[in-house]
Amino acid sequence: MMKLVIINYGSGNLHSVHKSFETVNQSMGNPYEILVSSSANEISQSDKIVLPGVGAFGECKNALMSYDGLLTSLEDVVINKKIPFMGICVGMQLLADQSSEFEINEGLKWISGEVVKLESNKNFPIPHMGWNEIEFIDHPLFTGCSQKSDFYFVHSYYFKLQNKDNLLATTKYPNELTAAVIKENIFGTQFHPEKSHSNGMKVIKNFLNWRP
Amino acid sequence: MLKKRIIPCLDVNNGRVVKGVNFINLIDAGDPVEQAIIYNEEGADELCFLDITASSDNRSTLFDVVKKTAENCFIPLTVGGGVRTLDDISTLLHSGADKISVNTTAVDNRSFVSSAANKFGSSTIVIAVDAKKDKNNRWKVFTHGGRNETNIDAIDYCMEVAELGAGEILLTSMDKDGTKSGFDNELLNKITTKISIPVIASGGVGTLEHMYEGVVEGGASALLAASIFHFGEYRIQDVKRYLADKKIPVRI
Repeated sequence: MMKLVIINYGSGNLHSVHKSFETVNQSMGNPYEILVSSSANEISQSDKIVLPGVGAFGECKNALMSYDGLLTSLEDVVINKKIPFMGICVGMQLLADQSSEFEINEGLKWISGEVVKLESNKNFPIPHMGWNEIEFIDHPLFTGCSQKSDFYFVHSYYFKLQNKDNLLATTKYPNELTAAVIKENIFGTQFHPEKSHSNGMKVIKNFLNWRP
Repeated sequence: MLKKRIIPCLDVNNGRVVKGVNFINLIDAGDPVEQAIIYNEEGADELCFLDITASSDNRSTLFDVVKKTAENCFIPLTVGGGVRTLDDISTLLHSGADKISVNTTAVDNRSFVSSAANKFGSSTIVIAVDAKKDKNNRWKVFTHGGRNETNIDAIDYCMEVAELGAGEILLTSMDKDGTKSGFDNELLNKITTKISIPVIASGGVGTLEHMYEGVVEGGASALLAASIFHFGEYRIQDVKRYLADKKIPVRI
């Protein structure tokens, strides 16, 4: 049986992410054993990785680094062995070179770009919170989704990509923002698929089926 | 375009819904999980549980309700009522809540707002404000479920908590609550034009038109309602179709 590890580094949405992946996995006849873990050993033996994330960038990065060997093991499986990876919200933002949330913090530097604050505007409250439409580039990760379908977003910062090739989906608030990123085996969403009802379930299912 | 959110709210006491939902297909009208699942299937954009359990001994029943709801509903869940410490927030988040609403504790101790926002992220912290107009036509903040009046100006307070890192404000008009005469759009407008975080309108909705007014006149980002949904007067989709016809962006 294939192993999917959801990285446990104390993120608040771990429970919802776990339940949503379990539910989709069950609907597919349980092709995966889904583990919630912070063990470097488990990560090195996994076939797919999910990195959730809620809260401030710096706190998440520090939490991730506080587990012995976790980052080394993660970089090995994702960068060297190229197993499919999915980052959610801050878990996606962590892939950037750096973030300016509160102070400058370095990211994992897997996808070039930086995480910057959304521009405040009287008609567009920050955080960007709620259901918003996305437009995506045709890709197996969005199989079954319609263009302009709604996903749930909650964020005040966004991933400003350096390279357009890494842009998989966008949303508008009011400017165009990164909604999903892609780079070979690395996938990330700014929205929360685990909170996006049936559309989110489709993306999770696509990730479970994905063979980059 | 970002959609206006429709949020049904359930009052929970000792793990049971107080004002039950009047749906015919419910097996147990007092089971919050079952009601949450129905709202989830009907297209609610979020769910809100307000725990009114008096005794802290019975709080564990709430955690169980939150956990079961999160296992079945893949939409955001806000939980509030009796949140006093950072540990309370942590326990609720680990049970499966996505956002935590804080009321009295934030009024008593303003620094709680910033410490909670720093620890859990602004978008996790909803500040619930119960407001009522006084004789001098100023809105005052009330605490302890509306029982205690304070001398705090509600508009100033909303601006302050937004500055301290609150991610959202759940504004309940005590004058309007239960009247079915519409939201307090005057108060909503005064607040939504002054702060840059989303405001959820609550209290007073009785018709579909009231929902529309809350968005257009009040400037609300989201609309919370209890009784009109619970007693089956309107379904979630009725509200959404009505708003969509009037060109308000909603998730259908």
